Amino acid sequence: METVIELRHLSKAFGANVVLKDINASIHKGDVTCVIGASGSGKSTMLRCINLLETPTSGDILYHDKSILNEKISLNEYRTHVGMCFQSFNLFNNMTVLKNCMIGQMKVLKRSKEEARVNAIRYLEKVGMAPYINARPDQISGGQKQRVAIARALAMNPEVLLFDEPTSALDPEMVGEVLSVMKSLAKEGMTMVVVTHEMGFAKDVANRVLFMEQGVIAEEGTPEEIFTNPKNERTKEFLSRILNK
Amino acid sequence: MVLTKLLKDIAKIWTKYKWSYINGIRNTILLAFIGTVLGCIIGFICGILQTIPVSKKDHPIKKAAVYAIRGIVRAYVEIFRGTPMVLQAVFFYYGLSYLTNGALNFTDPWTCSIFVVSINTGAYMAETVRGGILAIERGQTEGAKAIGMSHVQTMLYVILPQTLRNILPQIGNNYIINIKDTSVMFMISFTELFAAHRSVAGATYQYFPSAAIEMVAYLCLTLASSVILRLWEKKLAGKSSYELATADQLSPTAGTLNSPQKGSNFDERHIETKGGQN
Ligand SMILES: Nc1ncnc2c1ncn2[C@@H]1O[C@H](COP(=O)(O)OP(=O)(O)OP(=O)(O)O)[C@@H](O)[C@H]1O
Ligand SMILES: [Mg+2]
Repeated sequence: METVIELRHLSKAFGANVVLKDINASIHKGDVTCVIGASGSGKSTMLRCINLLETPTSGDILYHDKSILNEKISLNEYRTHVGMCFQSFNLFNNMTVLKNCMIGQMKVLKRSKEEARVNAIRYLEKVGMAPYINARPDQISGGQKQRVAIARALAMNPEVLLFDEPTSALDPEMVGEVLSVMKSLAKEGMTMVVVTHEMGFAKDVANRVLFMEQGVIAEEGTPEEIFTNPKNERTKEFLSRILNK
Repeated sequence: MVLTKLLKDIAKIWTKYKWSYINGIRNTILLAFIGTVLGCIIGFICGILQTIPVSKKDHPIKKAAVYAIRGIVRAYVEIFRGTPMVLQAVFFYYGLSYLTNGALNFTDPWTCSIFVVSINTGAYMAETVRGGILAIERGQTEGAKAIGMSHVQTMLYVILPQTLRNILPQIGNNYIINIKDTSVMFMISFTELFAAHRSVAGATYQYFPSAAIEMVAYLCLTLASSVILRLWEKKLAGKSSYELATADQLSPTAGTLNSPQKGSNFDERHIETKGGQN
């Protein structure tokens, strides 16, 4: 199995607060890796380290066996290969839905306007947002914003997509529409790393589940292993807490 | 009785000196406008320079340069915000040639006035722009980073357009202040609207009627500016509603694609609008 991203002895501290401690993990091509764990366990920080929104304190991150912490790697080019969707959508408020999905293609990938438009519409159709190309972010619902954000990331044709709690800021009735977009991406073979509290999604869609606890990966395995037969006491405790809510 | 006398006096002065006033109005508008535009450009440059990010990993020379620039901008802002514009005008108009023994000087009131109004406005705008940049939520910067945009691209396409829109009221404020405050430029013999009053009043000793004309003229200028700014603000805010794109609007491009997901539907409105196509 081809390894796309590998974390080696990754640590991150904010001042004296050590948030990630010696994380080792690999992301395989075509896998959907769900990261679960209690609030404050370092899930977001790990994800943000992967595309260097946070700079690791020590350790290394390899993308196709090359260190991205190496100064010779172009960070902006790397980020076009590893897209990210945020809990808070982070769409550009001064642009229409279409422009949101075109700007990165035109300015970063240097695609022509027409090419960018065609590609943007293609992915907006995929997430069911093509009719809204003329709307601005403040004119659409949260679920629609998140779908646009996914289309914006897809339009860069990334190899990996990172999701940081993509449905946590949504009203319950909108969670489904975003999850079904993500499910269809997974079916098409997109490599995804998803931090989520949606255990149903993790069970159904993930190939691998990482359970994080106080800055370390306490347990990892297939969804069956984690959800039906967890070995770690902490995992058991966390799952019984979250599933019996 | 008093009013008719005033109106008569005003009419008399106006017929005789209207070109003085009109010339003054023209110069005031030009000076305030050019000064505000250049001041905004200075303000944006300062605001951008002050918000250049530095990280611990950066080269020491880059870090030193960024901190030096921040210090220089800070000093500029404090000095020009903290001294009266009239003194700045006098200082540069007379002081520059004094200090350089005539090697450097402003040859006419126009260039000096524009210079002084611009850097004065720039000092105020620098803080406004800096605040405006910082007010854009960090999420949008991260959204831009996450698709590979550089700091410059993020600024240019995401942050600054929104900053401009948000600080438009302050730009308007500065413009209106400039219309009034450029009246101090008579000190360096710039013939703006207030200078017209001084020369007319000096020649006729009709202080009050002339002042009345001036009041009305200044008020007209500022009111007109307010209206224009409101319109501009509205335009930048964009349409308040949007139209759903129909199949034929998408089709010239959609036809060239073979997206496997065409016709996927994740919400109801989508089904409605695309119903005809499927
Ligand atoms: N920029 C920061 N500066 C200082 N501390 C931070 C920063 N970002 C995160 N932390 C700390 O790191 C720890 C882990 O945060 P993180 O956001 O990674 O947790 P999480 O697992 O994503 O939690 P949640 O489920 O609530 O999103 C927390 O204790 C948090 O306070
Ligand atoms: Mg988090």
